[in-house]
Formats: sequence, structure tokens, C-alpha cells
Amino acid sequence: MTALTREQVRAAIFDTLCAIAPEVDPASIAPDEPLRDQVDLDSFDFLNVIIHLHEKLGVEIPESDYGELATLDSAVAYLVRRG
Amino acid sequence: MHEFRMPSLGADMEAGTLVEWMIKPGDEVKRGQAVAVVETQKGAIEVEIWESGTVERLVVEPGTKVPVGELLALLRAAGEPVAPQVEILPPPAPAPVSKVPSPAVPEGRQRISPSARKLAEELGVDITAVQPSEAGGVISRADVERAAQAAQAEKAPAPPQEAVTGDWRRQMRKAIAAAMSRSKREIPHYYLGADINVTRVTNWLAEENTKRSVAERLLPVIPMMKAVALALREAPEMNGFWVDGAFRASEAVHLGMAIAMRGGGLVAPAIHDADRKSLDQLMADLRDLITRVRGGRLRSSEMADPTVTLTNLGEQGVEQVFGVIYPPQVAIVGLGKITGRPRAENGTVVVRKVITATLAADHRVSDGHRGALFLAALGRLLQEPEKLR
Repeated sequence: MTALTREQVRAAIFDTLCAIAPEVDPASIAPDEPLRDQVDLDSFDFLNVIIHLHEKLGVEIPESDYGELATLDSAVAYLVRRG
Repeated sequence: MHEFRMPSLGADMEAGTLVEWMIKPGDEVKRGQAVAVVETQKGAIEVEIWESGTVERLVVEPGTKVPVGELLALLRAAGEPVAPQVEILPPPAPAPVSKVPSPAVPEGRQRISPSARKLAEELGVDITAVQPSEAGGVISRADVERAAQAAQAEKAPAPPQEAVTGDWRRQMRKAIAAAMSRSKREIPHYYLGADINVTRVTNWLAEENTKRSVAERLLPVIPMMKAVALALREAPEMNGFWVDGAFRASEAVHLGMAIAMRGGGLVAPAIHDADRKSLDQLMADLRDLITRVRGGRLRSSEMADPTVTLTNLGEQGVEQVFGVIYPPQVAIVGLGKITGRPRAENGTVVVRKVITATLAADHRVSDGHRGALFLAALGRLLQEPEKLR
């Protein structure tokens, strides 16, 4: 599998967020602020985000790494690294 | 002949609008099958039928607003002969469209309960304009409340046909307002809270989840749900309904899960027999339920059945939630955020993962001592997570 680019990962994250929280405007998300402060995600939504990203990108995300996905920037960096 | 009637999908429901039939005359239906979609204040609900048989006749047309208890369809039981049309068909009554009470003064003398008259005075409702819910019946407090709401709605610029197409969010707010007002008016709540050490169960869950693929992972609330359901078996006064001035305990534990809707509003549909389900099954059921709350349709049995409610508000950092009981239930269990807190154990201070569990219960049914036993049982069950499977 070819390595994931930042753009691919970013697009996958936006797709996922829009599917789970349709009211979200991706352009309004501050990349270095915690996502869960900006998007109303409960633990069930967050688990769905992880499942979607796993399906779209093929990246294994252990529960102990959930903290890496706290902000948009850190999530992109983490998923590119793991992809 | 079985009569399929508009079910009550919660204490606050008076009528629903039939949106769609999922069956047609001549179809075989099975007990538990979803047969119609009904729009309520809490969204579109798939209504199940509780008899098996053959559909004889659909009495109500889609688009009709139907009061709770009105006939929707006729069903022929297995083996029952097809009755000649003349016998089974009373002249098709005009579809029972319930309207917001109109200001017309009903014919004849009004019969009004004293408390309804008093309420009308309090609310500034013109009692002569109130109509009873049944033609010729006695005007009740509920009728007055409805008239007051209708008057309020007339003042506000309400879109037409709001039950079907319109301001659904306002409808839901009204439904919650009605149920919660009734709860606070009628139910003498008492409140208890206990800090529970959940270090073992959270560690056990983290370990369990490392073995699972992402789609099979369990949320922290899952073992909590199971423990709550099992603890209710030990405290049957928390599980059931207050009906007609008496408590009716429920054998089954149908756990109502308070689920927030995107953009506001709340429903608390049931996970049936939560005490008998595995954690995997509870997770699958919760996933299905939340997905349908937020995007699809709930089923009538899920709306009508909960014997108790669980509200889990820890997500946003809330440590304690003291709930308002959803009538006719008699208890609501609250869970807050799991936090690391210092605790004294054997003379030293250690940091443990702790959750505050709360109980709001109906004092007509139980006393604080019984409520305390429930929370103690919950705490005990959460110390042995491997037994919760």
C-alpha cells in the first residue's frame, strides 16, 4: 500500500466528521484546538469516527492511541505516520 | 378479529399521525412485526403489532392524526374464517382526526372537574372554550393544559400542519416539557449519590478492548449498563411503573437509555432485557439504538417499554447528574464522568478511578434505604467486571 498523503488523510477526516455531525463546517475547524470542543461528539460518535477512519484509510488505531486524535493536526500527523 | 389500535408511545403522547402503512390487506403479519410508521412529537416511530394474523382492513388513511387508543386496522387471527364484508365492516367512520381544541363552545352544559377549573383560572384559560378529550366527557386538567398550549401556539407564528411537517424541534420540546412537568408535579423524588471505585472495570475494559478490532470495541458505559440492570433485580422497587395509584413492578429490565439528539432534544428508548444480555449484545443494541435515534426510526416497543432510565452525562465533564423521573417509571439512574480521585484505603491515600452514580427514585414506591441498597449493589457488581459478561 502506498503511503497516505496529508491531503488524503485530511479529506477522510472531513468526510467522517460531516457524516457523523452534519452540522459541521469543516472550514471552521481550528486545526490545533481539541476536536471534541469544536464538534459535538460523544464517545459513541468518537468511536464511529475511529471506525470510519479505519475503514477508509486501513489504519489500525488502538484505544491507547485515541489521545493522538485529539486535534485535527495531531490526527493528520498520527494517521500519516501509521498509514 | 383483532383490533390494532394507536398505541401510547410514552406518558406524554395523546395522538400520532399515521405516515405510512408497511402492510396491506391480505398480508400475513407476525407478532412483533413493524406494520406502520407514526409521526409523534418525538419523531417517526415504527409501530409493531402484538398479534399474528392476516390483515383484514386498514381503517385509517396515511396523513390522519389519530388519538391514542383509536382503531387503526383489523386483523384476522390464524384459522379465523374470512368474514363476509357486511359483518366486519361498520360504516367506515370518518377518520378520527383530532384537532386542537377549537374555541367553539360545545353544545350542552360543560362538565368540568374542580381541579381542572382551578387550573384554568391559574393559566388564564377561558373554560367555556375548553373541550373534553372525549365528546361529552368531563373536562380534565389535561384538557385545560392542552387548551393553554393551543392558545400559546396560536400566539406564536406556528407553521401549518406542524405535527407532520413542521417545527419538529418545538414539538419535541413540548413533549419533554409535558412529561417533565408532570414528573415534578406528581412524583415525590428522593435523591442519592455514591462514589464507586471503577478502577477494576475500566482496566478490565481497556485490556478487553486491546483484543478487539475497532468495530468490536466496547464503550465504558456498556459494563455500567449491565451492572445497573443486574442491580435492579436486587432492588425491584426501582424497576416498573406507577399506574392508577399503585406500583406495578416489572419482571423484565428494559433499560431506557437517555440519548441526546443532534441539535437538541432527548429520547430514552429501551434496550430490552438488558440484565440478560451479554456485553457484546448490549453494545450492538446500543449502537443500533443511537444510530436510529440520530438518523432513522425508533420502534414503538422501544418508546413505550422502558421500566427504568439510565442517563450518562459524563461526556462533557459532568460528575453528578440527578435525573428527573420519566413517568410512569419510578426511578432514573445517573452516571457522571470517570475521574481519577484520591481515596483513603488502609490508612494511605491512593488515586483511583471513580464514578459518581446517582439515583432519583419515587418516594411513593421506595424509601432511601432501598435506594441505598440499589447503589450498594451497583458498586459491588462493578468490582467484578469479569462476571458482567
